[in-house]
Amino acid sequence: MIQPQSVGVVAPQRAHFAEPLPLRSGGSLPEYELVYETYGELNADRSNAVLVCHALSGSHHVAGHYADAPKNIGWWDNLVGPGKPLDTRKFFVIGVNNLGGCHGSTGPMSINPASGEPWGADFPFVTVEDWVEAQARLADRLGIARFAAIVGGSLGGMQALSWTLQYPERVANAVVIASAPKLTAQNIAFNEVARQAILSDPDFHGGHYYAHGVVPTRGLKLARMVGHITYLSDDAMGDKFGRSLRHGKAIYSYDVEFEIESYLRYQGDKFAGFFDANTYLLATKALDYFDPAFEHGGNLPAALARATADFLVVSFSTDWRFSPARSREIVYALLHNQRNVSYAEIESDAGHDSFLLDEAQYHALLTAYFDRIKV
Amino acid sequence: MSYRYDYEVITQWIAPGEKVLDLGCGDGSLLKHLAEVRQVQGYGVENDPDKLLACTRNGVNVIQMDMEKGLAGIEDGFFDHVIMSLSLQAMHNTQGILVEMLRVAREAVVSFPNFGYWRHRQSILNGRMPVSESLPHQWFNTPNVRFFTISDFDALCEMNGIAVRERLAFDEGKLILDEPNFLASVAVYRLGRGG
Repeated sequence: MIQPQSVGVVAPQRAHFAEPLPLRSGGSLPEYELVYETYGELNADRSNAVLVCHALSGSHHVAGHYADAPKNIGWWDNLVGPGKPLDTRKFFVIGVNNLGGCHGSTGPMSINPASGEPWGADFPFVTVEDWVEAQARLADRLGIARFAAIVGGSLGGMQALSWTLQYPERVANAVVIASAPKLTAQNIAFNEVARQAILSDPDFHGGHYYAHGVVPTRGLKLARMVGHITYLSDDAMGDKFGRSLRHGKAIYSYDVEFEIESYLRYQGDKFAGFFDANTYLLATKALDYFDPAFEHGGNLPAALARATADFLVVSFSTDWRFSPARSREIVYALLHNQRNVSYAEIESDAGHDSFLLDEAQYHALLTAYFDRIKV
Repeated sequence: MSYRYDYEVITQWIAPGEKVLDLGCGDGSLLKHLAEVRQVQGYGVENDPDKLLACTRNGVNVIQMDMEKGLAGIEDGFFDHVIMSLSLQAMHNTQGILVEMLRVAREAVVSFPNFGYWRHRQSILNGRMPVSESLPHQWFNTPNVRFFTISDFDALCEMNGIAVRERLAFDEGKLILDEPNFLASVAVYRLGRGG
């Protein structure tokens, strides 16, 4: 066992697809590009590929850092690398930026070939299923017929689950972390508040803000603040910030007084500085629409009957946005179909964000699971 | 795999290809054994993170669940056999879990250490809590919370309308036919719904 290491310097790659992509929402994207990164080496029989699907605000940059930006470290760098749970000495790991994204894949900031202008709000709705279709074409391009594993947390977990339904024969193992078979009404409600914050920003301009040289940063900041609250647990927020007052006492103003206000504003500003508002709108709608049981009258066991992969489902005890109960719905639906499934509910005080953190039990479990995957 | 003689009995009661649930499955050894010799589709239930890890390393399906709260989520009659090997004595909700076991499977297999075993009685007579192969822990670190005998368990089954379809008793691996409550250290039961 070597000491866990980073994959080091990485560089994104780009794949262009000239064949139109039919979309669930109707119509199609005439052509598109996907930006992706890979870590490790594809083995001779191409059996060691692992696809990592990203969540709402993630990207293809899963591990390592860029030569010109050593501090821009991939969002799951603690999980992917030599000697890490997803060991790149064994696996060929792929991260891909979803369609509609704002990190290089074709999205609202890209030029709409029909108008010669950025797509903006005219970029079509994309769903989890559409993302899987696009990822499948990338897999074809890379010569990967079947993945050793498809892994994702949150919205990424939905993609991993959807893969096992859309291309059951192409997935040996699915690792679905802090996810759900569909959002609850409460979840959709939070997403709607986030979207309304963006849509009602005067700088939104119906989604065509690129042409106006502005971005709806205030709306995007508010959207992120709402989201961020739901990703943390009450206890974690209490432990970290409590009711600490910046001035040591109330000064009766709308400026930052409580430390939690400062934190949320900082997180909101930071996010609004690099993320695209239209992408945020599209991604939250993709979350809302995902519901593989819908076509089966809401019967999740019937919906998951197609899946043939082996599953690891993981939840976190204090995750109230994607609660353990939601993961158990997936587990029992797979059990009903006699699939190989293991389930762990990790004790953590960090809420939904736990899936990005270094919880020892969580990483040990993933290590054990990935170790046993034969490639 | 550490040798556990109740495994041999349990294995004989499992038909090839059955759906099996193992409650308190530990490191998954029994399920691994049953998968190899009976080709069962098996699932373990555990709540101890270290044992979940061990199951995962063993390639055994394991579902984290607090059995004290029952087996909600598992369908009625889904399993052929539900097994609880040497774990019943570590459960608080003894009656509740027996009801749940016979809800989710057509038959339950239960094994437990017999507190009425003569060496255990001798130890008590000598004024000390028994420590043996079947009760390996000291009183201060035992995971066991229920101390009962074969006779006690028979009475519980009768009281709860649980049918005892078969019972085998052992003294450290040797089959005991006479006076099991006195001479056997471990009992293995095949249980069904009463009537």
